[in-house]
Amino acid sequence: MAETAGPENLIVLDGVEKVFDVRKKTGFLRRERRQVRAVDGISFTVPRGEMVGYIGPNGAGKSTTIKMLTGILTPSGGRLRVAGIDPSRERTRLARRIGVVFGQRTTLWWDLPLIDSYRLMHRMYRIPDARFRENLDRCVELLELGALLDVPVRQLSLGQRMRGDIAAALLHDPEVLYLDEPTIGLDVVSKAKVRGFLRDLNAESGTTVLLTTHDLTDIEQLCRRVMVIDHGRLMYDGALAGLHEVGESERTLVVDLERELPPIDAGSARVVRVEGPRQWLAFPAAESAAPLVARIAAEYPLADLSVREPDIEAVIAKMYAEKTNS
Amino acid sequence: MHVRTGRFRLYAAVAQSAFRRYATYRIATAAGVFTNTVFGLILAYTYIALWDERPGLGGYDQAQAVTYVWLGQALLTVMALMGGGFEAELIERIRTGDIAVDLYRPADLQAWWLATDAGRGLFQLLGRGVAPMAVGALVFDLALPTEPLRWLAFAVAVALGVLVSFAIRFLVALSAFWLMDGAGVTQVAMLAGTFFSGMLLPLNVFPGVLGEIARALPWSALLQLPADVFLGTVGGADLLGTYAFQLGWAVALFAAGRLLQAVATRRVVVQGG
Repeated sequence: MAETAGPENLIVLDGVEKVFDVRKKTGFLRRERRQVRAVDGISFTVPRGEMVGYIGPNGAGKSTTIKMLTGILTPSGGRLRVAGIDPSRERTRLARRIGVVFGQRTTLWWDLPLIDSYRLMHRMYRIPDARFRENLDRCVELLELGALLDVPVRQLSLGQRMRGDIAAALLHDPEVLYLDEPTIGLDVVSKAKVRGFLRDLNAESGTTVLLTTHDLTDIEQLCRRVMVIDHGRLMYDGALAGLHEVGESERTLVVDLERELPPIDAGSARVVRVEGPRQWLAFPAAESAAPLVARIAAEYPLADLSVREPDIEAVIAKMYAEKTNS
Repeated sequence: MHVRTGRFRLYAAVAQSAFRRYATYRIATAAGVFTNTVFGLILAYTYIALWDERPGLGGYDQAQAVTYVWLGQALLTVMALMGGGFEAELIERIRTGDIAVDLYRPADLQAWWLATDAGRGLFQLLGRGVAPMAVGALVFDLALPTEPLRWLAFAVAVALGVLVSFAIRFLVALSAFWLMDGAGVTQVAMLAGTFFSGMLLPLNVFPGVLGEIARALPWSALLQLPADVFLGTVGGADLLGTYAFQLGWAVALFAAGRLLQAVATRRVVVQGG
């Protein structure tokens, strides 16, 4: 209670650990107890108003961290504060100040029209009537929910449901918003809508956002800072460009030529694969693709091309390998 | 005071939502009414045959016995005697990990689901209770209360019964935190509910120790006791004793539920990523 995170740091983690006891059957009646360190001593702070990406492969400890930040899991060790509150001890008090969106789950009531879920939120978070109406109107407008309010949630598409879920998390003006995979499974248009909304939200309301995702484009478009977690440890905390440098990750330019040609010669990019008239060129992710594209277009009979972003798992795997080698 | 009214408004809204949710499934409700009516007819003729052989069995005359049958049909879904309440949904949420969503809300898990179940119970009393009872009253001579006060006394006994019924099923549902598969416990609870509530035969009929035990278990608060209030076999000071019995079980089982909830949410891993 007496602890405050200060106006600067809304989220504070100091050596936070979460250890699960896993019992495994090894024979008839015989069990082996094993400890799994899902989160193994993580420390970071997030200042008010920042939008941070929190990424890592499956099972890295992302969701466990988020669950501790909401208070539904108690840390095994270390210190954790959100808006000055110890989440697991004062879960309900914290709940009024945070918003949570789990991309793979919904907070909406399946059988009821969307608007009914919002009415329940109104009561649950005891939002003053005028405030509720104002927030709802804004979300409905920006997330294009107007035509969906009377539709039962089970009839919504995934993208519509996700927008509905994001609105539900924001009606009570949370200071912190946790987004766990908010664009998972969405099509390109829906992804763009969600990202645009989040960017505006952060810029206009100053809501602090912690975003976990598998999609590096989410991070590129939304976050200046990214944290990478693997095996329960923080591997990287800094700018996204720096992550590419540390991980030496590469983007891929897929070039379709008008006919089969020998491998393209284009400076720092190297050809990693040739299949008929199609060639794959790898180049450093931190570099712009524009000069490379211009050069190829000028020197070769180009039919089509596309750029593929580095796979986040590959970046992290590379980073992890380097850390353990050094 | 402000906090208290805020809380009341939330749970009232939850109950209202649950009511509306069940009300949207009209065909299912109509089918349920039909089933209840058919079962009521079969059971009623069985009871008539039984009471013809043994008049006054369990202290009921034939009209009271037949009335008991229709009360059972009316309260079957209200008390979720054979399942069909919130518990299947809660078990599923625990199994899939969706329970995480419920836990980060600023609402109490037990109160939340109680409100849900109360809304469902009220809908099923109106939607599935009244119609079969009316059919029963048309076809048979039922022993309906004549004094308005007894209807009121019955309503109180039903409300208390709903509390006990909820509290039992809440415990059943929370077991999913440890078992991960609620099917077994749900089956056992359904069997126990059907038998010990007096759904098959009034508990008054059972002699000896088995009868004593059956009447002392919480399930008797769900059907046997409300029926006795309705039929007028308990009244006056006995009525207070009946309420005390129901309330006692409700308090004990709610406390057990709270305890289990605290242990479950503190110790058990919430499933899934």
